[in-house]
Amino acid sequence: MEQNYKIAQHCVIENNKVFLNGVEEFSSADEQFPDFIKAAYKIFKSNYPKFFKMDNLSKLSFLAVDLILKELDLNEEDNDIAVVFANKSASLDTDVKYQSSIANKGEYFPSPAVFVYTLPNICVGEISIKHHLKSENAFFVFDAFNAEFMYNYAVNLLESKKTDKVLCGWVEFFEENYKAVVYLVQNNGTLEHNIKTINTIYNK
Amino acid sequence: MQKEVYITQTNCITPLGLDSFSNYNAVLEGQSGIQLHKSNLMQEPFYASIISNEVIDVAFSKISESKEFTKLEKMFILALEPMVSKEDITSKTAFILSTTKGNIEALANTDNTIEDAQLGTLAKKVSAFFGFKTQPIIVSNACVSGVLAIAIAKRMIQTGLYDDAYVVAGDAISEFVLSGFNSFQAMSSEPCKPYDKERTGVTLGEATAAVYITSNQNKVNKESFKVIGDGAVNDANHISGPSRTGEGLFRSINSALKEANLEANKIDYISAHGTATMYNDEMEAIAFNRHGLQNVPVNSLKGYYGHTLGASGLLETVLSIESANNNKLIVSKGYTNCGVTQPINIISETKQHEIKYFLKTASGFGGCNTAVLFEKMN
Amino acid sequence: MEALKAELKGKIVEVLNLEDISVDEINDNDPLFGDGLGLDSIDALELIVLLDKDYGIKLTDPKEGKTIFESIETMAAYITANRTK
Repeated sequence: MEQNYKIAQHCVIENNKVFLNGVEEFSSADEQFPDFIKAAYKIFKSNYPKFFKMDNLSKLSFLAVDLILKELDLNEEDNDIAVVFANKSASLDTDVKYQSSIANKGEYFPSPAVFVYTLPNICVGEISIKHHLKSENAFFVFDAFNAEFMYNYAVNLLESKKTDKVLCGWVEFFEENYKAVVYLVQNNGTLEHNIKTINTIYNK
Repeated sequence: MQKEVYITQTNCITPLGLDSFSNYNAVLEGQSGIQLHKSNLMQEPFYASIISNEVIDVAFSKISESKEFTKLEKMFILALEPMVSKEDITSKTAFILSTTKGNIEALANTDNTIEDAQLGTLAKKVSAFFGFKTQPIIVSNACVSGVLAIAIAKRMIQTGLYDDAYVVAGDAISEFVLSGFNSFQAMSSEPCKPYDKERTGVTLGEATAAVYITSNQNKVNKESFKVIGDGAVNDANHISGPSRTGEGLFRSINSALKEANLEANKIDYISAHGTATMYNDEMEAIAFNRHGLQNVPVNSLKGYYGHTLGASGLLETVLSIESANNNKLIVSKGYTNCGVTQPINIISETKQHEIKYFLKTASGFGGCNTAVLFEKMN
Repeated sequence: MEALKAELKGKIVEVLNLEDISVDEINDNDPLFGDGLGLDSIDALELIVLLDKDYGIKLTDPKEGKTIFESIETMAAYITANRTK
């Protein structure tokens, strides 16, 4: 199996800091996540009003991907970039919020706008919509970041020619504990696409 | 050349039976798991397909005395148990679990911790029961999860990381999900009617299903099915409504056909998603027509089982395998008059029909779609 | 009804997370869906919940929402006529 792919871009968002390709682009030490991510959204001029309807997981994923895809020349209608994301807590952060809207039978007003985010793959849907990614996508859940799986799955998509670019990501969010590590795999780029490099990006 | 990958065993746990054969016969007789329920899960009585707790407990007690499993976990174990005892588990055996919400009801009980609701906790418990040696791969991708899990198994075996895989899919009825679908005005007040003019939405259901997938040619027999192509493409349109042109589903089917090197006119039967919402069924009709598949016999099995969410893609594949092994078409229950704008060939009577190739499709929230093509080895 | 309209504008911005829009920018007769505020199908469902939660109105046929939620004006008129809270 050919293994000549490269990592073209990577973005890490953790501890209220945003890194693109290893360089800190934004940080905001004191704020809670909602204020931090809103400030980051404004600084990076994402310009996408639907951002404010998203849940925490989707906002986190959205921003990490936006920074990477800004570097590419995407078109307005149709782009083929596969999205393969994973995390540990699925959509539990939002699930807990939704549960509280049905917990009290006296004040029983289930919210459709919250319910729709009680599936972890919705963050992938949001990304696909914004960037017109009519391409392969999947969401997995693992106890911890699984570089071996992500590496092999991305290579399989590329080798079987189902796509020529893969956005891989670990996007974990639960109650102010969060980490996003998103990287773009394709034919050309600065870093080698292998398990060691992927783990280095994750652990830095 | 990519390794060839086969489904050689199946099983399912539903209100219609605790094995594939019983389920197939029940469905042929027109039985449905959908009933009217009055419970504290919803304020008004509601239709759903629910397995009796007692049936599960009695079946489970035959294989374990343990009291530490939830109903859903018991259902997962019961689905896998007959096939795991037959095959060896190695360090190259994948364990793939598909679910949308897992033990989400754990959140309703304040005695529980968040760990009780984690999908990883559920997967670890099921894995430990059988002694799987690899880290569980959990697929949680809305309602395509069950059939996507088959594609994941095939793709991961083709990477060489695994030789075989046990794939299990399941979801349980919960207040969490019932209330959510209700808030979307997506629940029908009657048993669902996929593709029908009078359809008014989904009926929910619970089930588990399991398949054993292998690249070992020695395990293949004439009732096995080769997984010859797959595609899982996003609509990139809206997070809760499907593309009006069926773009993602069209491309998923295209990808599967291309990989299989198969012409669309070779497909003998389609097991579609057919949730009975206005938009989903219409979208599927459009996508099938775009591929020239309007004359291929097609059904939705949700009239028998309800929409079993993370289980649906796998459960319906298991029934389709029974259907194909017997060369007999299963009626699309709940359908009377065509309610989609583009014609499709909904199966309205049981009849013999040679099935060599069948297509399984699914779609879900988040704009996801999955299509998988199967070839009978007979 | 003026107070109700102002109240509705505030609630819509808050409940539907319309961060970039200020209450002053919403005119009584602007279309809420389609071109105007650009609300979508999930927003329509949330407005149905709002009618129930804040005004005690349960919509028996959600399709009625199309006419009721045409604009702030039509919403206010409907609520005034049907509110139980």
